[in-house]
Amino acid sequence: MASLGIIISLVIIFGGLVALFLRSVLGHEVDRRIIFLFIFIAVAAPILFPLTFSEKATEVVKGVFNKVESLPAGSKVLLSFDFDPAMAPEVQPMANAISRHCLEKGHKVIFMSLWATGQALLTQSLQDYILPGFPEKQDGVDFVNIGYKAGNEGVLNVIITDFRKMFPTDVNSVPLDSIELFDDISSAKDLDLVIAIGGGKPGPKEWVLFIGDPGDVPIGFGVAAVVAPQLYPYYPAQAIGILGGVKGAAEYESELMKTHVRFRYMDTPGLRMMGPQTLAHMVIMCFIIIGNIVYFRSRRREKQT
Amino acid sequence: MKRQVPLLITLFVGTLLIFSVFIPPMENIGENFTLFFDIIAVFAFFLGGGNLVRVHISKLRRRKKDYGYSIITLVGFFFMLIVGLFKIGNPGGIAASVTAEGSIFQTTFTTVLIPLQSTMYALLAFFVASASYRAFRAKNREATLLLVAAFIILLGRTPFGMMLTSWVPDSFSVLQVPNLAIWIMNSPNLAGQRAIIIGIGLGVVSMSLRLILGVERTYLGEDRG
Repeated sequence: MASLGIIISLVIIFGGLVALFLRSVLGHEVDRRIIFLFIFIAVAAPILFPLTFSEKATEVVKGVFNKVESLPAGSKVLLSFDFDPAMAPEVQPMANAISRHCLEKGHKVIFMSLWATGQALLTQSLQDYILPGFPEKQDGVDFVNIGYKAGNEGVLNVIITDFRKMFPTDVNSVPLDSIELFDDISSAKDLDLVIAIGGGKPGPKEWVLFIGDPGDVPIGFGVAAVVAPQLYPYYPAQAIGILGGVKGAAEYESELMKTHVRFRYMDTPGLRMMGPQTLAHMVIMCFIIIGNIVYFRSRRREKQT
Repeated sequence: MKRQVPLLITLFVGTLLIFSVFIPPMENIGENFTLFFDIIAVFAFFLGGGNLVRVHISKLRRRKKDYGYSIITLVGFFFMLIVGLFKIGNPGGIAASVTAEGSIFQTTFTTVLIPLQSTMYALLAFFVASASYRAFRAKNREATLLLVAAFIILLGRTPFGMMLTSWVPDSFSVLQVPNLAIWIMNSPNLAGQRAIIIGIGLGVVSMSLRLILGVERTYLGEDRG
């Protein structure tokens, strides 16, 4: 049923595009409402009739994956959820996948956020997606949520020398001094890995400037696709890897499923979302071609007149 | 006096913070100033919230166009403020996290704000498609370069990129679309981004010096010399 649905959708999309292509040869522009309709079908069809592709992790994604994989159990990993609901569909899947990976490897995970909206999304991730798969993990021993703190990069400027000065308690008002996980952590310099997930400001750049470089702490990025190009100057010297957008999440999920049997049947929103993204990209590319045909036709006509 | 005091404060704090970065025994001063900044920033929250309420109440009073939206804004603002501040309906009580699972604050956030913001962001897909159709046209050499780069990146971000060029032998693997996309990101994009970052860095240094030395005074309001 699903494959029939996707076949019909593909026939509608590409049949329609061929018709538009023929119109463009005659020099007719495409109304923007038609473009909207095609994008709607291209995004909605693979959601209604799931369309998934296999993914192969690229080196930039493998950089983060291999680091999490190679750290010994018990390593201290900090995950910062620096994003809002608008960015969440793109970066939350990778945040969940990395969190699961860290817990599976037995790392001690500290969750925090530099964005006010990040704390609520962090709670949602922990309760709905991460912790149900790890009932044996204990709050304060295997993981801790220290929540959001206002002050942007100022927060990082303080935790690089003293965590407790900025975060005296965790999100449930439990003093950090009584949390086992923090027994041998006094500052961010004691962390083995930081993964900054987000893409705005404060975000990955601030983590490199205030924690990665001064504290010599390895930093990994998980960011929205539009932000990824701006972060390449930091890779590989100052950042171990970059997960860019849904594709980055899909590559990480596929690597996780390949390496760990436990995750073979896990929910993979990144891989699921690659269907709509792939079709939408194909439709956009077709419209770029159509746009250029229209442009050259009209230029030729102008020359003739 | 009204202008000299803020200028002196800027000079003192700016110089002190620069020294705190380069002189290790002064590191502590930098941290303390960050904490002071946090305390001062709290007042900005009051100012921001107060201003929002003032603007929308005045809009309501004068029955300005679309004043109905002001009612929604004010109701939403006060509702979230009260349930968040007093942790109403929070299963863990006042000491628990404001975003505790099951609290009214968290439930409202996940059921109202998340779908609304995600929807707004999702609309971008439609505008990006329409803009790509109109903007990516090979009008000149530069536009053609941009068009080709965009095409390779778009294709490289999909599994089709690999499928279409998987026949390319390994010795020419750089010509496979995903590898071409990576090359664009790692070479031309990297060079451009580095230039921008260095430029911004130099701009920040020069602007900071102008502020510390009192050359740049626009932050004080209207410049009367």
